Amino acid sequence: MTRINSTVDLEAMRRGFAKDRKEYQATIALCGGTGCKVSRAQPVIDALKEELITHGLDKRVCLRVTGCHGFCEQGPLMIIEPGNIFYCHVSADDAPDIINKTIREGEVIERLLYTDPLSAKRIRTVSEIPFYREQNRSLLSQNPLVDPCSIEDYIAIGGYRALTKTLSEISPESVVREIMDSGLRGRGGGGFPTGRKWAQCREAPGDEKYVICNADEGDPGAYMDRCVLEGNPHLVLEGMLIGAWAIGATQGYVYVRNEYPLAVEHVRVAVKQARKLGLLGNNILGSGFSFDVEIARGGGAFVCGESTALMASLEGKVGEPRAKDVHTVVDGLWHKPTTLNNVETWANVPFIIQKGAAWFSSMGSKGSKGTKILALTGHIKNTGLVEVEMGTPIEKVVFDIGGGAANGKPIKAIQTGGPSGGCLPADKFYLPVDFDTLTEAGSMVGSGGMVVMDESTCMVDVAKYFLTFLQDESCGKCAPCRLGIDRMLEIITDITNGDGDPKQLGLLEDLGYTMSETALCGLGKTAANPVLSTLRYFREEYETHIDEKRCPAGVCQALITFTIDPETCNGCGACKRECPHNAVVGKKKAVHSIDLDLCQKCGICRSECKFDAVNVN
Amino acid sequence: MPDASFSSIMEGRRSQPHQLIEVLQDVQSQHGFISEDAMKTISSELGVSLMEIYRVASFYKAFSLTPCGKNVITICTGTACHVRGANQILSQAVGQLEIEPGETSDDGLFTIKQVNCLGACALGPIVTENGDSHHHMSPGRLRRLVKSLYKADTEDSPHDKD
Repeated sequence: MTRINSTVDLEAMRRGFAKDRKEYQATIALCGGTGCKVSRAQPVIDALKEELITHGLDKRVCLRVTGCHGFCEQGPLMIIEPGNIFYCHVSADDAPDIINKTIREGEVIERLLYTDPLSAKRIRTVSEIPFYREQNRSLLSQNPLVDPCSIEDYIAIGGYRALTKTLSEISPESVVREIMDSGLRGRGGGGFPTGRKWAQCREAPGDEKYVICNADEGDPGAYMDRCVLEGNPHLVLEGMLIGAWAIGATQGYVYVRNEYPLAVEHVRVAVKQARKLGLLGNNILGSGFSFDVEIARGGGAFVCGESTALMASLEGKVGEPRAKDVHTVVDGLWHKPTTLNNVETWANVPFIIQKGAAWFSSMGSKGSKGTKILALTGHIKNTGLVEVEMGTPIEKVVFDIGGGAANGKPIKAIQTGGPSGGCLPADKFYLPVDFDTLTEAGSMVGSGGMVVMDESTCMVDVAKYFLTFLQDESCGKCAPCRLGIDRMLEIITDITNGDGDPKQLGLLEDLGYTMSETALCGLGKTAANPVLSTLRYFREEYETHIDEKRCPAGVCQALITFTIDPETCNGCGACKRECPHNAVVGKKKAVHSIDLDLCQKCGICRSECKFDAVNVN
Repeated sequence: MPDASFSSIMEGRRSQPHQLIEVLQDVQSQHGFISEDAMKTISSELGVSLMEIYRVASFYKAFSLTPCGKNVITICTGTACHVRGANQILSQAVGQLEIEPGETSDDGLFTIKQVNCLGACALGPIVTENGDSHHHMSPGRLRRLVKSLYKADTEDSPHDKD
């Protein structure tokens, strides 16, 4: 491939690629994202390749290994066109049937279709599956259409068209205006208006400016940025190019988590391909605009999700935040004006330029426009990546898309926004997924993590979990965060150990509010949210732990004991075999018992017992 | 540290202090840990003080200052895995291998690592063994996995009580 020097060149190239794609008799879009790879997608890919070669179909059928399709629970999964046929839980053994029956004969293989758990009916096409039907996949819909390592695929579906439009028709000021008018707000957690950030950076004095893509995604339980970067890296690069043109930057950085090896690899390939075609580098498309991107791998620190800490890390230093008396749009990376946006924010930009601010702002609620990708996980049937219009009620996400509770136990709460967010009870599920509403309710949209919790979850334990996480991740620079989290964790540990005191609940709230007002960075300011939100909505659980020394969900180890019911135990020995601490005693086919001195209360015996003979008291 | 691999890691990065984390990432992935010798060499090649390198290497979770065991069992304890019982998985590993997260067994065969999120949240609990991921992990499956790894390395397994 040669360098593209003009919009005309790019369009000619696009027509060529699109024509090549049309000549295929069929296309198999197989998900090769991290989730499906974990579910063993690679053997399926290999088997399909072999099968296509055996039948001499490898030139006539396009086998496209794509990024995440979203329905991770059903992986490995694929979509076959024509027909929009959706196959799930595919294994290498299915490859001969897929090629022989579906590709060659057009026959649908019933056993590979998705079964709707409600109607128990097998569903044939993607568009009919409730999980997909109820979503608005503006950003994610491109994932099945492109091989992330193929710039040809991206160009064929209209990629880099927003860039050519920008460079040939729109002034930098107008780009900023368009983003402002769209109402786009930062998808990383803060929800700051993107257009305003760009305008401030554009107006900041200095010839040298930077743009950064934050792909550090440190929120446990959130993986939308991984999927976008891993599945469609050119979309993110195109967004960064447009942003760089708008603010006047010539250098960009993608700061990506090293725990996401596939995302690192794909974005590296994408940068190389874009450089080769002249879409990155000097004098892009003959416009006189020059811009390049460097990839930096994160060191695995949650605090680096904070903009100033991330910039320190990019400079090769310890990721400690600094006070933002002067904002990073004026004094950022190497003290130069810098615009930092998250992956999903950048990915929205080409769509806004192509389809217009009005299109974008027609979606969403009053203060939150567009769509949001959510990572739906926990005790729910359909786990995966979900994209909905902002303003969609939580209950629609949990029940219509998520399919409701996974294990038949009633859903008790949803945790949104990661360690900076909070827990909302089931009676607040009418609330819309909207930046301002969720913040008012004591939680936040954050980066879009949504962990559904059923009655087997102890909310005091959840608060303790987040405090333990944050204590580990606090950089320790400012006292409110360093000491505040420590003290709160001490108190919560007392409560979960049965040593709590009713007065401690007020103290927890005092500490929490003090931290949110005095900590240096976003991590510290929001660190108390998981405690404050659980205190607000699940106070009675704290009180039961303190007053009755009891954990209603049977989770807090100091307050529970495991015993084996002699009436139910049939001596199968599963618990004895699985106990890692050798705490179960008993002969085969005789009633077993638990040695309480050795028992670590991990609960493995209970989850392994098929006869419900292990009780938690 | 062998010269050949180190030269390729430093290629195009010499005297650029901002490349420190990238260099450490590559040393970690090729050598399994950051040795004192490695830090000294990086210090002179990048022009960054040894103290600063130690500070950075000890700050970020990605870097280990001690060698890892032959088999690294990484247990995800992110929120989604936590609510699906990651604690039981951790308890299984700790009970079976008799080491705490971050430690390496005396025979040098196993290291347990605890991480905050591996990004496959929908399929939790997730455990990776030497980079190979396992989804919907249960304590029993982990026990069998550790046992098979141990068998592959030794004749008989003291960690196996069956």
